[in-house]
Amino acid sequence: MTQPDAGNETNARGKKASGHDYAVTVRDLTRMFGEFVAVDNVSFDVKRGEIFGFLGANGAGKTTTIKMLTGLLRPTSGTGTVDGLDISNDRRAIKSRIGYMSQRFSLYDDLKVEENLFFFGGVYGMDRDSVEARVSELDDMLSLSGLENRMTASLPPGHKQRLALACAILHRPPVLFLDEPTGGVDPVARRYFWDLISTIASDGTTVFVTTHYMDEAEYCHRLSIMHAGRIVEVDSPARIKEKHGMTSIQDVFIKLVDG
Amino acid sequence: MINSRFFPLMRKEFIHIARDRRSLLILFLMPVLMMFVFGYAINMDVKHIRMGICDLSRTPTSRALIEAVSASPYFDVTVRYEDPRLTGELFRRREIRAAVIIPREFARDLGASGVARIGVITDGTDANTATLAQNYLEGLFLERSLSAGGVEFPVRIKSRILYNPDMESSHFVVPGIVALLLIMIGALLTSVTIVREKETGTLEQILVSPIRGYEVVLGKALPYLVLAFGIAVFIIIFGCLWFHVPMLGSWSWLTLFCIIYLFTSLAIGLMISTLVSTQQVAMMLALVATLLPSVMLSGFIFPVASMPAPLRVVSRIVPATYFLEIIRGIMLKGNGPAELWRPVLAMIAVGLLFTVMAIRRFRLKL
Repeated sequence: MTQPDAGNETNARGKKASGHDYAVTVRDLTRMFGEFVAVDNVSFDVKRGEIFGFLGANGAGKTTTIKMLTGLLRPTSGTGTVDGLDISNDRRAIKSRIGYMSQRFSLYDDLKVEENLFFFGGVYGMDRDSVEARVSELDDMLSLSGLENRMTASLPPGHKQRLALACAILHRPPVLFLDEPTGGVDPVARRYFWDLISTIASDGTTVFVTTHYMDEAEYCHRLSIMHAGRIVEVDSPARIKEKHGMTSIQDVFIKLVDG
Repeated sequence: MINSRFFPLMRKEFIHIARDRRSLLILFLMPVLMMFVFGYAINMDVKHIRMGICDLSRTPTSRALIEAVSASPYFDVTVRYEDPRLTGELFRRREIRAAVIIPREFARDLGASGVARIGVITDGTDANTATLAQNYLEGLFLERSLSAGGVEFPVRIKSRILYNPDMESSHFVVPGIVALLLIMIGALLTSVTIVREKETGTLEQILVSPIRGYEVVLGKALPYLVLAFGIAVFIIIFGCLWFHVPMLGSWSWLTLFCIIYLFTSLAIGLMISTLVSTQQVAMMLALVATLLPSVMLSGFIFPVASMPAPLRVVSRIVPATYFLEIIRGIMLKGNGPAELWRPVLAMIAVGLLFTVMAIRRFRLKL
C-alpha cells in the first residue's frame, strides 16, 4: 500500500488537496478509556470519492474511530489525516471540510425544517441566501421542498433522516462521515437513502459510513470489518467474499467475529 | 473574536425560548408568587400572641399590669383563669403560647419590700416566638417597675429606623428575590439548555462544526441571561409598584452589577452541565446548588452575622451574599460604587473563580 503524502496540503477551502489520493489515512490509531482499549492499533486508508464501509458489531470501536477522525475525541496514540489534514493538530481546519451525521439524526424537533437548515448552515458560516440556494440545488436528491414550514418533530423518520443528511452536506464537505445513518427507518427508506449516498459519492464526495446491517455492506466500494477494537479485514465486498469462499458478507462477518 | 457563526446559535436559542410558552409563563409567574409568599409571610415582628393570664393577686396593682399587657399589640389575652395548675393544660391544648402568672402575694410584697415576682411562661416549640414574647414582656415589666418605684428611666431611648422606617419586610425581601432568582434562573437555564443538547446528540453535531467551544457556550447562554435579566427588571418594577419598594439608587449601576452577577450564574450552570448527563439531574442540581445557599446562607432571611463560623465562611463564596448587599444598598439606600466597592469586588472575584473552574472542566470534557 502506498504511503499517502500527507505533507502536501492546500489551504484553499473546497479545493481538493492535490498530491494525494486519500481522503482519510489512519496509522496505528489507538484510543483507551482507562484500561479499556476501544480502538486498538488501527490502520487503513480511504480513497477519494469512495464509499468506505465500516462494519462491526455494537461496541467494536466504530463510533470511537469516527469521533477521533471528526475531532470529537483525541487519539491516545497513532496518527491520521482527513482531507490531508492532521487529526491531532489541524482539528479546526478539518471541521470545516467534513460533514457528520450520527445515528440519532441530531436535529432540533421544536424548530421548523427550514430553521434547522438555516441553523446548521449558519454554524458553518453560511448566510440564509446561500443556504436557500444550496437547498434548492439539493432538492432533486432530497425532495424536501414543501416541508420548509413543517415542525421537525412531525416528520416521519425517513424525512428526518434526509433532513439530517441535508444539514450535514450544506457546506459541501469533501468528506462525509455517517455513523449508522439508517437506524430506525424502514427498508424502503433505507434503500432510498443508500441511493442518495451513491449519488453523493459519484459527485466526488468521500463517504465514510458505519453500519451493522450486512446487506448495506454490499453498497460500499470497500469495506473494513472491525472486531473488538481491531480491523480484521479490509477490501472490496466481492474480494472479501472470494477470499473467504463465502457468498454473503454476513457469513464472512460471522466467521471473522465468532471464529 | 465573535464571528458570524455565533449569531445563528443565539437566534436558534431565542426560537426555543419563544416556542416553549409554558416554561416562559412559569418563569414569570414564579417570582410573583415568591414575592407574595415572602413579601407578606416573612414578618419578623410577631404580633397577636395568644396569652393566658392567671391573676391570683386581684388587686388594683395587678389589674393595672394586666391592662398594660392587654393594650400591647403583641399579645391577645384570650384566657383568664384562676388555677395556676391549669397552665400546662392550656399550653398543651394550644390555646395559648404565653402565660403570665401573678402570685397572691404580689401586691403585698410590692408594698412591703418593693420586690415582687411574676411568672412568665412561653411555648418553646416555636423558639423564635417564645424569645420575642419573653423580650416584650421583660421590657414592658421593666418599664413599669421603674416608673412604679418613682424612678425615672435612666436612659431614654430615641429609636429611629433608617431606610425602611416602617419595617416593611417586602422592602428587603423583593431585592432578595431578585438576587435569588437571577442566580437560580441563570444557572438552571444554562445547564439545562446545554444538557438538553447533550441528550439529543445535537451538541455533538455542533461540536463537529468549526464553531469554537466558547462560542457555543456564549451563544447558547446569552439568550437565557437576557431572559433572566428581563425577569429581574420585571420583579423590580413589580416590587416597586405593588409593594412600593423604593428605588433610590442608579438603574445603570444596578444593571451593570446584575450583568456581572448573571455571568457568575452562567459559570455555575456551565459547571453543572459538565457534571451531569440528563436534564432532570441538571435541574435538581441547579436548584440545590443555587437556591439552598442563596436562601439560607446569603443573608436573604437569616443574618450572616448570626451564623456559626464555618457557615459564615461558606457564605463568603455564595455569590448572592454580595449581590444582596449590592442590590439592597442601591435600592433602599441609594448607594453607588463608592460605598459598594467591597461587595462588588468580592462578587467579581467569586464569579471569576467559578468561571475559571467551569471553563477548565468544560475543556476537559470536550
